[in-house]
Amino acid sequence: MSITVQDVEHVANLARLELTESEKERLAGQLSAILDYAEKLNELNTEGVEPTSHVLPLHNVMREDEARPSLPVEKALLNAPEEEDGQFKVPAVLE
Amino acid sequence: MSILTPYETVVGLEVHVELHTKSKIFCGCSTSFGAPPNTHTCPVCLGHPGVLPVLNRQAVEYAMKAAMALNCEIAEWCKFDRKNYFYPDSPKAYQISQYDQPIGSNGWIDIEVDGKTKRIGITRLHLEEDAGKLTHIDGGFGSLADFNRVGTPLVEIVSEPDIRSPEEAKAYLEKLRAIMLYCEVSDVKMEEGSLRCDANISLRPHGQKEFGTRTELKNMNSFRGVQRGLEYEQLRQAEVLESGGRVVQETRRWDENQGKTFSMRSKEEAHDYRYFPDPDLVRLHIDAEWRERVRASIPELPDARQARYTREYGLPSYDAGVLTASKKLADFFEESLKHTSDAKASANWIMGDLLGYLNSNGLELDDVKITGQGLGEMIGLIEKGTISSKIAKTVFKTMLETGKAPQKIVEEQGLVQISDEGAILAIVDAVIAANPQSVEDFRGGKDKAIGFLVGQIMKETKGKANPGLVNKLLMDRLKQ
Repeated sequence: MSITVQDVEHVANLARLELTESEKERLAGQLSAILDYAEKLNELNTEGVEPTSHVLPLHNVMREDEARPSLPVEKALLNAPEEEDGQFKVPAVLE
Repeated sequence: MSILTPYETVVGLEVHVELHTKSKIFCGCSTSFGAPPNTHTCPVCLGHPGVLPVLNRQAVEYAMKAAMALNCEIAEWCKFDRKNYFYPDSPKAYQISQYDQPIGSNGWIDIEVDGKTKRIGITRLHLEEDAGKLTHIDGGFGSLADFNRVGTPLVEIVSEPDIRSPEEAKAYLEKLRAIMLYCEVSDVKMEEGSLRCDANISLRPHGQKEFGTRTELKNMNSFRGVQRGLEYEQLRQAEVLESGGRVVQETRRWDENQGKTFSMRSKEEAHDYRYFPDPDLVRLHIDAEWRERVRASIPELPDARQARYTREYGLPSYDAGVLTASKKLADFFEESLKHTSDAKASANWIMGDLLGYLNSNGLELDDVKITGQGLGEMIGLIEKGTISSKIAKTVFKTMLETGKAPQKIVEEQGLVQISDEGAILAIVDAVIAANPQSVEDFRGGKDKAIGFLVGQIMKETKGKANPGLVNKLLMDRLKQ
């Protein structure tokens, strides 16, 4: 599996990461190696094995519809980079 | 000939409906509307590390109910996926949604436009969580994020591209809204954002099989806005095509004030959401027992109720349609029928006086005090001759404002109809004596003159004289 610099740029853009040219080169190599490693799984014969979306053999783990107390607003905002009027203040992002 | 004549319009709608559970879909925070910003959040919906979402059973059941009411097949097994995107309305940087295994698929609803019934296919209905609300401030240099709405359960309902006009789009939305209200899974208030709609629209020459290039419209905040936005956009696309241009596939924003759509100029990159199964949530299994139990909780839906009204009460289809458009109105009508057998009279009072009053005052049925029982009893009083239809208008208005029983209103305001022949005859004679000119006009062949005389008699009795008796006695006297 060969990851190109263009692939790295695309993924970096989606993840909002800014990378230098040398980082892109290095990551392209590392990501390729990781994918090659995972490729090993394709060597297994999975004929007759049902696809699964989860490793746990569980289903229907649910809760009843009951409202519980939320965090006080001061606590909710503790990790806010900036706050204003009880809200998280972020740089403008216009779609 | 319109610029649209050579083209067929093709529309598909994506509707998001908030489910009115008490708590959020994956945590216990309240979903109530209008709380101060960020007072309904917790580590789960704020996306803190190490927390685990747990699915709200009621949200699943509401989604099943909505899907079945839209004639969808219900998936026996389904899962939740992460839809990854960076935008400050989502603290987790992904939305939990359903990608390739929606809870419902292959449904339909019937709509009526210009007296014709048309079936609109529903591709899928899936369950997901809502995002937060952003307010842009500082002249566009900053945004404030309120995460109260994050994690409110939503269903996304995607229609087939079966809609052929803005009117059909509006009819589809109205029917969808009515069905959601009947099922009591959402309060579907567009102004509170509990129903939101995006539209895909394209044009193609009549007879062409392939679809034309579509645009996606956003930000239409009312049913009327959806219709107007689509009307504008079909004209805009027709103008582009007629001038030899090509429609650009893009997202466009409807501006209600300017009555136009504008390109949102999102970057060229296609959205790349990198969906994958959410490892924090296990699969959902809906067995036949659960499915049928939820199905049994679906009430009679608007179409069935409309058909029953024409069949059982002999109402015109139009009347039945108006009465069943809202569940509350239909319930009100049926309540009235426990107290009168005259269904057509009840329908007329509801469609005329009640809806007229609500519409002209911008009110909902819940805002007025009249009850179905009150209306039924009032119609009974008219039938018995206790009050005239004219007096009933006064009684009806008082019921709207006070909710008092009609009998009580009649007694309190002394509105009992005068049906005593002697009493009416005395007034008839007095009015004839006082208006010799009108009497002469009538005898000379001017039929209209009788209206004036009747009016005078009603005025003398403050509208309380039995109108049938007045007419009869007046005619008797005039023919002598």
